[in-house]
Amino acid sequence: MQLQRSKWKAFYEGLIEWIIRICGISAVVFVFAIFIFVFWEGKGLLFSGNFSVWELLTSEKWDPTHEPASFGAARIILGTFSVAILAMTIAVPFSLGGAIFISEFCGARLKEILKVVIELLAAIPSVVWGFIGLTVMSIFIRDLGSNTGLSVLNGAIILALMSMPIILSISEDALKAVPDSYREAAIGLGVTRWQMVYRVLLPGAKKGLLAAVLLGMGRVVGETMAVLMATGHALNNPFDTNPPFFHALMEVKTLTATIASEMGEVERGGEHWQVLFLIGVLLFTITFAVNMTAHLVVHGVKRK
Amino acid sequence: MVNDSAKIRVENLKAWYGQREVVHGISFDVHPNEIFGIIGPAQSGKTTLLKTLNRTLEFTSGSRMQGLVEMDGQDVYNIKDVYGYRRRVGMVAPLPVGLPLSIYDNVAFAPRSFGLKDKDTLDELVQKCLEQAALWDEVKDRLDSLGTKLSGGQQQRLTIARALSHQPEVLCLDEFSIAIDPVTTMKIEDVLMELRESMTIILVTNLIQQARRLAKRTMFLLNGDLVEEGDTEKMFSGDAANPKTNEFVSGAFG
Repeated sequence: MQLQRSKWKAFYEGLIEWIIRICGISAVVFVFAIFIFVFWEGKGLLFSGNFSVWELLTSEKWDPTHEPASFGAARIILGTFSVAILAMTIAVPFSLGGAIFISEFCGARLKEILKVVIELLAAIPSVVWGFIGLTVMSIFIRDLGSNTGLSVLNGAIILALMSMPIILSISEDALKAVPDSYREAAIGLGVTRWQMVYRVLLPGAKKGLLAAVLLGMGRVVGETMAVLMATGHALNNPFDTNPPFFHALMEVKTLTATIASEMGEVERGGEHWQVLFLIGVLLFTITFAVNMTAHLVVHGVKRK
Repeated sequence: MVNDSAKIRVENLKAWYGQREVVHGISFDVHPNEIFGIIGPAQSGKTTLLKTLNRTLEFTSGSRMQGLVEMDGQDVYNIKDVYGYRRRVGMVAPLPVGLPLSIYDNVAFAPRSFGLKDKDTLDELVQKCLEQAALWDEVKDRLDSLGTKLSGGQQQRLTIARALSHQPEVLCLDEFSIAIDPVTTMKIEDVLMELRESMTIILVTNLIQQARRLAKRTMFLLNGDLVEEGDTEKMFSGDAANPKTNEFVSGAFG
């Protein structure tokens, strides 16, 4: 009897190992390639004399077609943050609450129904969400005192609705992954279901929940079509140094919507074209920073 | 047989998971301050039986029970404050059940949930419980580290400390020695002998010799049926009333 592996088998296994290795590395390669491509398109302007990163980040004057052009994206950045933060403020409590309800409190039948409905919600295309914001949501927001109804609030609600299915289903998976022995141990100690949830399940599922929120955040920051339609796309700064400090009913422009709406009308390779790519780099950096922060938070907690 | 001095009295207890009946009408008494052993092979309904005693079975969806469980003469299924009742029955489950908390928080978990906030009282209680579980000396310098990082035997003693933290009248142990070495097992057995002074202990064990060492009376379950209940020594000396018991304790099956 031959106990050694045949050469062919050894080669075959080695091959599979390499294919898997390449699949793993390719993710990193793609991310870098995208970053470099986007950066490449914008680098001419970045290193030219009539542009400064400081101006891009702090100046409120966005007039890229004027002569001489102004590339101040501060209002656009603030617009993006205002919509994203408000959207997350709405989405996170609802999604986490929903996930806790579905995984811990609701009956099997209702659970099935809710999960199907939530998946359905996730399958709605973003342009349809934008349309709802434009035609339905705007009516209600007009009643709050906005002229058009298109505003930070409108965009944030639409984005919240869009990110909720993602946050909710991943959070629910994270809660489900907490071993039942934790639940039984806690219940056996005579605590209520709710005490079990916030003292044992939430700490136990912490990482998964954070991942869920981050993915939702990614969707919120990166979403284009729906925000373009729901926010009104006007260059405003929703923040204010005087009370009430924040105007939720103001129309704003976001980074993504700016790229989408202006890209079709610029001269290819021109300064305006290049600044739009630099905005792409900025978006990339924001997403990266958010992910990195979260990673450090989780890591820091783990080390303790 | 009705025994008025019983700490726990169970009569004709049945339990189901869905349509499957796993405990078929069991009756027994547990006397105050005794160690009552429950032995039987896997799938004999031991864990389910324990869960009916502290009313955690109703937490499992699809489960159902029928019959009488009394503590100090009171029907426990008529008690409105189920959380308060569960605190009277400490439960030590087999590993791994370290909650994802620090050693200190594991033990302080239950008392805090009932509203005990005073730091000094908590410190004192945590120390007392860890001492009772013979774990204090090994962990007193690292109460902040994760309970799940402890070794198996230490974790098991941590679960005992945790069960003691709500000062139960009855302590149920479910196959605590399943994941730990013999030396630690002996250490915990010594702990149990001491705890017996202040509480009633129900010991479900997979080690038949452990029942012999600790329990004065033992019950033998098989496939959800009560085969025999009685004096441990008699049961183990080959003098059991039921031939099945003799076969099981002599290692013929199980």
